[in-house]
Amino acid sequence: MSPSEAGAKEAPKYTKKDFESDQDVRWCPGCGDYAILSALQKTMPDLGIPKENIVFISGIGCSSRFPYYMNTYGFHTIHGRAPAIATGLRVARPELKIFVVTGDGDGLSIGGNHMLHVLRRNVNLTILLFNNRIYGLTKGQYSPTSELGKVTKSTPVGSADRPVNPLSFALGCGATFVARTVDRNIPHMDEMLKRAAAHKGTGFIEILQNCNVYNDLAWNVIYDRESKVQHELRLEHGKPLLFGPPDDRRALIMRGVTPKVVRAKDVPESTLWIHDETNVNAAKLLADLFAPDFPIPVGVLTAVEAPVYEDLILQQEQKAISERGPGDIAKLLTSGDTWKIS
Amino acid sequence: MGQIATPATGAEKSRKALDRAVIRFAGDSGDGMQLTGEQFTTESAWAGNDLATLPNFPAEIRAPAGTLFGVSSFQLQFGSQRVYTPGDRLDCLVAMNPAALKVHLRDLKTGGLLIVNTPAFDKRNLDKAGYATNPLDDPTLAERYRLHKVDMTGLTHEAIKDLPLNTKEKDRTKNFFALGLVSWIYTRPLEPTLDWIKKRFAKNKDIAEANTRVLKAGHAFGETAEIFGEHYAVEPAEMAPGLYRAMTGNRALAWGLIAAAQRSKLPLVYGAYPITPASDILHELALHKRFRVRTIQAEDEIAAVTAAIGASFGGAIGVTASSGPGIALKSEGIGLAVTAELPLVVLNIQRAGPSTGMPTKTEQADLMQALYGRNSEAPVVVLAPATPGDCFYIAYEAVRLAAKYMVPVLVLSDGFLANGSEPWLIPDVTTLPPIEIQFRTEREGFFPYLRDSATLARPWVRPGTPGLEHRIGGIEKQDVTGNISYDPDNHDHMVRTRAEKVRRVAQEIPPTSINGPATGDLLVVGWGGTYGSITAAVEQAQTAGKSVASIHLRHLNPLPPDLGHILREYRKVLVPEINSGQLVRVLRAEYLVDAVGFNRVRGLPLPSEEIYEAINQLLGSTP
Ligand SMILES: Cc1ncc(C[n+]2csc(CCOP(=O)(O)OP(=O)(O)O)c2C)c(N)n1
Ligand code: SF4
Ligand SMILES: [Mg+2]
Repeated sequence: MSPSEAGAKEAPKYTKKDFESDQDVRWCPGCGDYAILSALQKTMPDLGIPKENIVFISGIGCSSRFPYYMNTYGFHTIHGRAPAIATGLRVARPELKIFVVTGDGDGLSIGGNHMLHVLRRNVNLTILLFNNRIYGLTKGQYSPTSELGKVTKSTPVGSADRPVNPLSFALGCGATFVARTVDRNIPHMDEMLKRAAAHKGTGFIEILQNCNVYNDLAWNVIYDRESKVQHELRLEHGKPLLFGPPDDRRALIMRGVTPKVVRAKDVPESTLWIHDETNVNAAKLLADLFAPDFPIPVGVLTAVEAPVYEDLILQQEQKAISERGPGDIAKLLTSGDTWKIS
Repeated sequence: MGQIATPATGAEKSRKALDRAVIRFAGDSGDGMQLTGEQFTTESAWAGNDLATLPNFPAEIRAPAGTLFGVSSFQLQFGSQRVYTPGDRLDCLVAMNPAALKVHLRDLKTGGLLIVNTPAFDKRNLDKAGYATNPLDDPTLAERYRLHKVDMTGLTHEAIKDLPLNTKEKDRTKNFFALGLVSWIYTRPLEPTLDWIKKRFAKNKDIAEANTRVLKAGHAFGETAEIFGEHYAVEPAEMAPGLYRAMTGNRALAWGLIAAAQRSKLPLVYGAYPITPASDILHELALHKRFRVRTIQAEDEIAAVTAAIGASFGGAIGVTASSGPGIALKSEGIGLAVTAELPLVVLNIQRAGPSTGMPTKTEQADLMQALYGRNSEAPVVVLAPATPGDCFYIAYEAVRLAAKYMVPVLVLSDGFLANGSEPWLIPDVTTLPPIEIQFRTEREGFFPYLRDSATLARPWVRPGTPGLEHRIGGIEKQDVTGNISYDPDNHDHMVRTRAEKVRRVAQEIPPTSINGPATGDLLVVGWGGTYGSITAAVEQAQTAGKSVASIHLRHLNPLPPDLGHILREYRKVLVPEINSGQLVRVLRAEYLVDAVGFNRVRGLPLPSEEIYEAINQLLGSTP
């Protein structure tokens, strides 16, 4: 048993209602955040974790208002720093289940550095990055995930910076669990949340989220019924990478080191690309793909095992204590060179 | 003693008693001057002297050899009476090369002892130090000072010529020749250094042997060489009885935190990003995992402070430390702890700024930053240790207050306190004030911002406590319920409440101790690392019959409740600081007294001589 699993106890049977707080939800009507909140409240009872052991930590942004609406422990902190706060909390209290809620600006702009380090350290927590490709709370400036040339209040003739892809970023940081889901697909969100929450280490989920006020339908390519059928690639471990309408199935295959889209019926089954969550290199190739030239991968890109930061810290502590006994301050003060004056 | 030294020449050299002496070892960064000084310090502590030290080294890790900016030095004052400072002017300077001579000679008293390593005064080194001619050949040098030209390099090699070490390794032991020689001059015991060599080089017998022989050779050289006519004894100082150790400020801070964590029975989570001169606290704490000290070397100072806040939220003792530039980065985080009303300890080991400034040099210019350096109304408790050993008590007190009042506590140490050391009377830890942590577990009547009537602290609840699930954050909240609130009157009330909570810490401050008469012509008010210089200057003035007293503030926010009264008992108030006048502004604003500053911002401790002059000047202008 790792130190972080110590103290786990049986959870009572909860319902969604148990996770709803008494605070008025203050997002704009129609915001994608409502669906995510509802999905999460619905998923929570299934995690089997006592409510008092769950903590939601967020930064600043519309998305980061989240903790106020969850009837668990919560901390709405400062812009971008939620991963660092959560790291400190985890090191202090490894028995807690921590969720970090962040936005594309919070997590990848001002907090990009902390995101990098929490992922590489593999701190045991779940990160939900609500990607609406815009700064919602500050009323609609472009964000680091906005497309090049994005016209917003701060970029009246189009933005000049190229976007970052959250999945590629996470994988580049050494993330051990990376998934993507969509605010309009509640069952899939539910599944991804459970997978990420069960992951040992940092579970990173990008949630494509609609900001209907400042960036409506930014993800229409996967919302629109027709387009979704054309482009959505559901990743399932051990299954071939097939997508598209039933009468026109397409396959994602590897040609040399380059992913290619072909008609499924044109290639022998043996050459299909079988999704393997344990293959981080394959995940890195998938992460970069997007419509229109490629399908949009949705699901778990990678899930691998790696040492967990706070486990190592606590193991060092326990080793020191078991080898030399707990510290004694009086002994510490008199250790080394001392002299007596009488 | 030495197998190598020629036996003593028979005639016993005369030994003169001194009250105190100020010595500086100076050389190239690679000459081992810090070690030499530390060993000399240990020897002096053994001899029962009171002492104070001032290490001074370049910021460059491996500064080019022989250059002026590559000079490293270690100064100490030891005495048979109370020693408050490392001293202003030198009684003895050891210069291992021309650069060291050039940088430090101006601090040597006329008639002072000057010991130089002659072989280092070659053309190359003279050029690098910017000497057109060899200063040792200038007869005025020997006229002004008691100059001793010693071939330390040569004598070192001679002492260990048969050992299987290469020239470089042999060369590197010459600092122990200097140490042996100066130890003889001031009648210091060699035992602690011999012990140290044995332990340090247990795995390398040849190096151990070389250092031992060279140390003894230096000592024997003093004893036998004709040039040293006399040597000195400094009797043990009268110090409170008990067990002592040498203590530096940074170690004292680390140990004070550990003591507080132990007393409160909580883990300590320390978030830090390396920065001079605060890094040694991280290094020290990382050694003590048995005390449930968990160190996080964070990705930056913002992560360091927020990780500490996360730990506090979790019910551990959250601490972070840095120096000026890093503290600037932490300000938003500190503001979060202010409004979330969580305990947090922030250590600022001040250094010369602004920006990068002079990282290895000391300063006291972050007081205003500590008091006001955050957006909006974000009051915190501010404490400052007076001496290296005091850092232990201040760190302990910082944790105690942070937990009791649910507030951030800022500690202002500085580079001088951090690296300086003093003999420290080891306290009986059971006599330290208790730190009683009571996490709320009672559901009945719980609200996140319900307040204790005496301290105004809100309850500290550990996540994991059933039934007390609640949310806190940076948005303004309604008092008691903690719910988000934009109500104007509630905000006004919360601003006042957060300030009042800090103000109530004043009830923890003991009566201010006054060094000198309770009323008089002049009161000198200091804070932080200038304690020694101020006390020495004030005692000098008192000895000269002046009506002068001093007080030293360890609590800078809130200020001691008796301060306003004390200030009015003197006709004049002088505030010496290593900044351009920060505390003096606070005192003027707070108490409407006509306090006057004495300010030098040179990256060095204030010389007590100059404070003494300032005292006289201010007294002289008394109508
Ligand atoms: C230090 C700091 N800088 C800037 C802001 C202003 N600010 C608040 S939220 C935000 C951007 C939020 O964007 P995102 O993370 O994408 O969240 P969203 O509102 O879109 O959910 C900014 C710039 C702030 N609160 N703090
Ligand atoms: S601004 Fe956009 S993201 Fe924010 S609440 Fe409104 S719709 Fe949602
Ligand atoms: Mg956004």
